[in-house]
Amino acid sequence: MNAYFHLWLIPLAPFAGFLINGILGRRLPKWLVTTVALLTPLAAFGVVLNAALGFFGIGKGVIPVIGSLPLPFTETFPLPWIDIGSLRVDFSFVLDQLSLVMLLVVTGVGFLIHIYSVGYMGGEKGYARYFSFLNLFLFFMTVLVLAGNALVMFIGWEGVGLASYLLIGFWFQKKSAADAGKKAFIVNRIGDFGFLIGMFLLLANFGTLSFSAIGEKLIANPGWQGGVLTVIALCLLLGATGKSAQLPLYIWLPDAMEGPTPVSALIHAATMVTAGVYMITRTHVLFDHSPFALGAVAVVGAATALLAATIGTVEHDIKRVLAYSTISQLGYMFLGCGVAAYSAAIFHLVTHAFFKALLFLAAGSVIHAVGGEQDLRRLGGLWKKLPVTFAVTTIGVLAIAGFYPFAGFYSKDAILYAAFLQGAGGKALWFVGLVTALLTSYYMFRLWYKTFLGKPSSPEAHPHECPWSMMVPLLILAALSICGGWIGMERFGAFLAPAVGVKSMAGNAQLELNLSIAAVAVALLGWLAADRFYRQRPRWASHQAHVNPRIYGLVLHKYYVDEIYGALIVKPLFGISKYLLGWFVDTALLGGGAWLLGGTAQFAGALLQRWQSGNLRSYAAWLAAGAAALLLFIVVPWSTIWPASLNLIFKMAGH
Amino acid sequence: MNSLFLQEVPLSWYLLLSAVLFALGIVGFLIKRNLITVFMSIELMLNAVNLSFVTFAHQWHAVKGQIFVFFVMMVAAAEAAVGLAIIIAVFRARATLSVDRIDLMKL
Amino acid sequence: MHLILFILFAGFCLAGAINLLLQSHPINSALSLIVVMVSLAVLYLLLGAEFLAAAQVIVYAGAIMVLFTFVVMLLNAGREEHTMGSRVARSVGFPAVVVILGVIATVILHAQGLGAARDTDAITGTEELSRVLFTDLLLPFEVTSVLVLIAILGAVALASHGGGERTGPK
Repeated sequence: MNAYFHLWLIPLAPFAGFLINGILGRRLPKWLVTTVALLTPLAAFGVVLNAALGFFGIGKGVIPVIGSLPLPFTETFPLPWIDIGSLRVDFSFVLDQLSLVMLLVVTGVGFLIHIYSVGYMGGEKGYARYFSFLNLFLFFMTVLVLAGNALVMFIGWEGVGLASYLLIGFWFQKKSAADAGKKAFIVNRIGDFGFLIGMFLLLANFGTLSFSAIGEKLIANPGWQGGVLTVIALCLLLGATGKSAQLPLYIWLPDAMEGPTPVSALIHAATMVTAGVYMITRTHVLFDHSPFALGAVAVVGAATALLAATIGTVEHDIKRVLAYSTISQLGYMFLGCGVAAYSAAIFHLVTHAFFKALLFLAAGSVIHAVGGEQDLRRLGGLWKKLPVTFAVTTIGVLAIAGFYPFAGFYSKDAILYAAFLQGAGGKALWFVGLVTALLTSYYMFRLWYKTFLGKPSSPEAHPHECPWSMMVPLLILAALSICGGWIGMERFGAFLAPAVGVKSMAGNAQLELNLSIAAVAVALLGWLAADRFYRQRPRWASHQAHVNPRIYGLVLHKYYVDEIYGALIVKPLFGISKYLLGWFVDTALLGGGAWLLGGTAQFAGALLQRWQSGNLRSYAAWLAAGAAALLLFIVVPWSTIWPASLNLIFKMAGH
Repeated sequence: MNSLFLQEVPLSWYLLLSAVLFALGIVGFLIKRNLITVFMSIELMLNAVNLSFVTFAHQWHAVKGQIFVFFVMMVAAAEAAVGLAIIIAVFRARATLSVDRIDLMKL
Repeated sequence: MHLILFILFAGFCLAGAINLLLQSHPINSALSLIVVMVSLAVLYLLLGAEFLAAAQVIVYAGAIMVLFTFVVMLLNAGREEHTMGSRVARSVGFPAVVVILGVIATVILHAQGLGAARDTDAITGTEELSRVLFTDLLLPFEVTSVLVLIAILGAVALASHGGGERTGPK
């Protein structure tokens, strides 16, 4: 091993940025804050790029540290973290094909969004705080991706949750933002509980938390299926649903749109929410040995995708539509994992990062242009005033709908193809995926129409295009959304194969072609529907809402899931906290106990105080009493008086 | 008459007398209100104890018992002197000799 | 003879003690106490302690009680006033006294080996007493003299005008 890639620099650079901007940021001039904030993710990206080039053997001799990088490449801190008995956990970073891909996405897209934020958040008071939190997020995310064992990954896992909380509640003076931050963190915690239980079970059954060690053990025992492995996998799935906003823990993601738009783009579209998918892919050997859990992953993914897509068709807030779209696309990724097509899921993760970040940033540009308006009903006719934004949004919408040859087409197709080949259940999942694709196309074009086309809703607004700092990332992401899929599933799968295994597919090229045509046809259908309902007859939608008020209300209120959770879980928790713990334990038991102690001391003191009366005669009396007691104690034979007195009593009773 | 003259006194009677005098001393301590009288009750108690010492010295013909009485007398004398000096000081500060009135811990 | 003397002077003792309790003027109590002292001196004689009898009269009745009388006259303490009695003293003290007396009496009455007061052959001579006092018990004797010295100093210091802090109603 001739290259030392300094993997630890990748998390360290953003962490340094966090510290500098976090501690000194308020006192530094703005240009310095910006420089620090941009340099650190760039440095991280540079190291990742270095490693990537090293893997491909490019630039030998140009950049000194590159030899040819054999993957997987592990870096371990010389001192162990935990070393007790048979348990040993190290701070280890692992770079393999999977983490390399993820890191490129995280640091690359992250860097672009940092640039965008300079323009978007330029006028904010908490400028330095924003960038320090953003850097903190990058730090934790890279730790998560690079983690070589579950415990280090958990650090990153928890950390990104923390960063998400801090950034969602960035405008913490607004109650809705603060509440959204809390909701995100708490719901994430429920998922983390699953992760923790999974870790404990892993420890109990494998004696180690290192991914490679666990993978080796499982490969060595191909007959070990189901049972405890299913339980572990389901626990990990629970953790993943929390972080990746799937059923039943998706409720935090729409509310998380209270945060600034670049935050939504980075964390809640491209990177943090994909951590669940990444984690499942990392531990895929475990899932492979547990068909039941794998099936559960697929079902969860498909159900969530469909559910979120239906809600997305009626949402009015532009960012919320995109949020539900994210949930839906994450469902696709889970579906891909669930049919053991891990490479396809990761492929979709990458392309989704491109076009979803693009869509969010474009939405941010729109919001920035119209001065904060986010409601679709009040937007419209912006295509003339915001031509660049319009163009990139169109590219993004085409990509997410899955039109050829944009990025989304390739990855979505790969997942649906793999699902279709999975037997009868797989065909059902394929169908659900297809319907979801239809709905995706429909609601994305609905958003497109309502935002850019039609009549301007408020003609007196003067929207202006965004500054170049916001433009450049948009353009880059648009380019990536166009050509991001051109690498093709075969090459991508082959690249990832050493890390995630190869799925042998029993289909043929003709079937694949047919399925692709079906997907594109469905996307076209969605566009036509949106065109009909929103361009040609714009009043059809509200008419439908009046005609079917109950169904409309149900979907508009997101199937009342939040309300159900509130009544089933949140309210009882509040009740327990307030009455059981608050009143009973705190006031009655603890307060009462303290009062009792104090009261006893006071009471005894008051009692004894009267003894110290200063009265000579009472002192004398007590002295005499003491003397009498002493005399009695000495003289009376206590050991014989007991039975003697009993005898006496019996004798007296006898007579 | 003769037998009455020649009858011996059991020593237990002396001891009982001593006990009774002692008890009377305690009672005096408890019920008297004048400080000097209280002090006198203490002297009475001391004397009662002296009597019982002498009785026992007689029983076993132990000279040391009587010497102890001697010492007790000396101590009582010293104590009486100092105690009365204290009483005078108290009277100067409080202008009263009633035990119930002298109930503050300091003068 | 012994018996009659004992009963007589024991009676004087008790009478004096009870009178001490019953009188309201301290001077009367002091005089009763003198009666008790002298009666006790006679009882010591009956028990054969002649030196002690003399010392009792000289020291106790002659010096200490005189001192008491002087102080009574100096302070001009009048009749006792009837202030409120201490309830504690009565409720706790009297039973205590009864218990003490009862226990001691029981022990005395059940004691074995107590003889009777022997007659004149049991007199302890002064010579015998002084021999023990100045040889075996010389140290306590000297210490006692120091004690008396200290007592004198203390009494002088306390009773003099300039000694110590006086805070009180002036």
